[in-house]
Amino acid sequence: MAQAGSPNLVAIGFFFVFVAVTLAITWWAARRTQTAEHFYAAGRSVTGFQNGLALAGDYMSAASFLGIAGLVALSGFDGLIYSIGFLVGWPIVMFLIAEPLRNLGRYTFADVVAYRLRAAPVRIAAAFGTLAVVSFYLIAQMVGAGNLIRLLFGLSYEMAVVIVGLVMLAYVLFGGMLATTWVQIVKAVLLLSGAFMLAMLVLWRHHMNPLALFQAAAARYGEGVLGPGQLVSNPLDAISLGLALMFGTAGLPHILMRFYTVPDARTARTSVSYATAFIGFFYLLTFILGFGAMEIVGRDAILKIDKGGNMAAPLLAQAVGGTGFLGFIAAVAFATILAVVAGLTLSGAAALSHDLWVHVVRKGSAPEAEQLRVARGATVLLALLSIVLGIAFKGQNVAYMVGLAFAIAASANFPALVLACFWRPFSTRGAQASMIVGTLSALTLIALSPTVQIQILGRTSAPFPLANPGLITIPLSFAVGIVVSLLTPDPAADAAFPGLQERLHLGGD
Amino acid sequence: MSEDRKSILKTLSAAQWRLALRLTLAMMAVYFGFILLVAYDKPLLATRVLPGLSLGMLLGSLVIVTAWVLIWIYVRWANGHYDTTVASLREKR
Repeated sequence: MAQAGSPNLVAIGFFFVFVAVTLAITWWAARRTQTAEHFYAAGRSVTGFQNGLALAGDYMSAASFLGIAGLVALSGFDGLIYSIGFLVGWPIVMFLIAEPLRNLGRYTFADVVAYRLRAAPVRIAAAFGTLAVVSFYLIAQMVGAGNLIRLLFGLSYEMAVVIVGLVMLAYVLFGGMLATTWVQIVKAVLLLSGAFMLAMLVLWRHHMNPLALFQAAAARYGEGVLGPGQLVSNPLDAISLGLALMFGTAGLPHILMRFYTVPDARTARTSVSYATAFIGFFYLLTFILGFGAMEIVGRDAILKIDKGGNMAAPLLAQAVGGTGFLGFIAAVAFATILAVVAGLTLSGAAALSHDLWVHVVRKGSAPEAEQLRVARGATVLLALLSIVLGIAFKGQNVAYMVGLAFAIAASANFPALVLACFWRPFSTRGAQASMIVGTLSALTLIALSPTVQIQILGRTSAPFPLANPGLITIPLSFAVGIVVSLLTPDPAADAAFPGLQERLHLGGD
Repeated sequence: MSEDRKSILKTLSAAQWRLALRLTLAMMAVYFGFILLVAYDKPLLATRVLPGLSLGMLLGSLVIVTAWVLIWIYVRWANGHYDTTVASLREKR
């Protein structure tokens, strides 16, 4: 990519078309967004297929597209370990989370945890966990956006961060969940078709035979690239990361919120099936994109543009499809970031307005107009916060922050959700303790981990040996929830359990 | 709620939990089995199954396929027996 850092006209053209189309969708959605139910849940009118695509759109961030393709290009098989880890959380969402969530809640996952518990303590703890997950995820996306757009479009980093923040604000503020859902759908279709076309162009050179491509990559960089390398050297580290990826998916607030957009539990189930099919297909494509970039572009050329390998997929697009195709793929990557950031902001705004304002400050009774006003205020606040965080973290190594967001989601949100739905003795104090200990222990252990201590602060050793805290913090959060519940029995919660079970299976309407 | 409905709901709820738990454990076993192989037996996973295809890549793809199959098993049960029972319970409400 000789012209990296200089404006690519095709990329800018495609990007403007994407923004124009999505803003038109937002204008259409804005006229239909008149109540809190529309703002948070798109009027519960989304179909299973649409929600499946939107879930895939929310989940497949630029980190998975650019990051994993780069990781495979640079380290071969080891990169695939991530592709696989990001998929295995979806069956867990299906078996334990999707249907109870749809039947028990309205707008946030805290609705489900608080269903038979006292609202204020539970919702404060849940909002704390949600905002921690959303903030770290947002930082990773905004910093990624700034770097990517600087490389692909030649804009300054700050300008890129501000543009992403403002366009995303327009989607969420005016169009609410309906616009956000359609932005995710458009983005998912673009990303899936872009990755598919790119993979086909690569395979075209190898008689449509992926094995011939892998063989050619191995011939260029040694047989070792097809087998495990150094990424997983410490088994405990690997298991810890695996646990966070597997159970983190089932605790990501922007993913959980999508289950409220469908009319019933059966549609929620259908949407997970479609999402898992699309996401699995996408990650299988990353095998081809990664090895394709390795074989066709070459490692040196990838490293020369970006040491993290993030430009492997765009470089591959240029090599097999020319500048026009590079422009298309670059615009797809930009659209991907915009859509993920919009989903995150909406879920953060729901925690602030629905959980904290409506249920804690106003004790559950706020007029419709006020709910909508507060939700929009929270959206503006979060959009500004994301711009500020993006600029504050400029130049920082933030790759670990997505892993951190997954670890907090798995430790703070997932245990409380499962215990609230399936374990009768779960008490208000138990839920509160589980969510707060989950969030704080994940934050503390990451701060003490080798990633932060050695790679970022430059120290020689780290007090905590694992890069990801999941192995400790997920069991800890379950244990704290169980022990505290047994010590502080909650008769009201116990008495409400049969009602919860009935509604969990039969639904409320 | 009548005693009859209560017991049907209880049975259904227990069956749902049992299946969900089994499928979750199956997914965990397959995924962590794969991760442990990556950690403990790198030479085995580097073995070629076909030219250009290592055992590790084959097993990795099969983990993704396993996720699809487990979801398919759950959906088949839930769309059939589970939804029928739920519909009959809702009618009696």
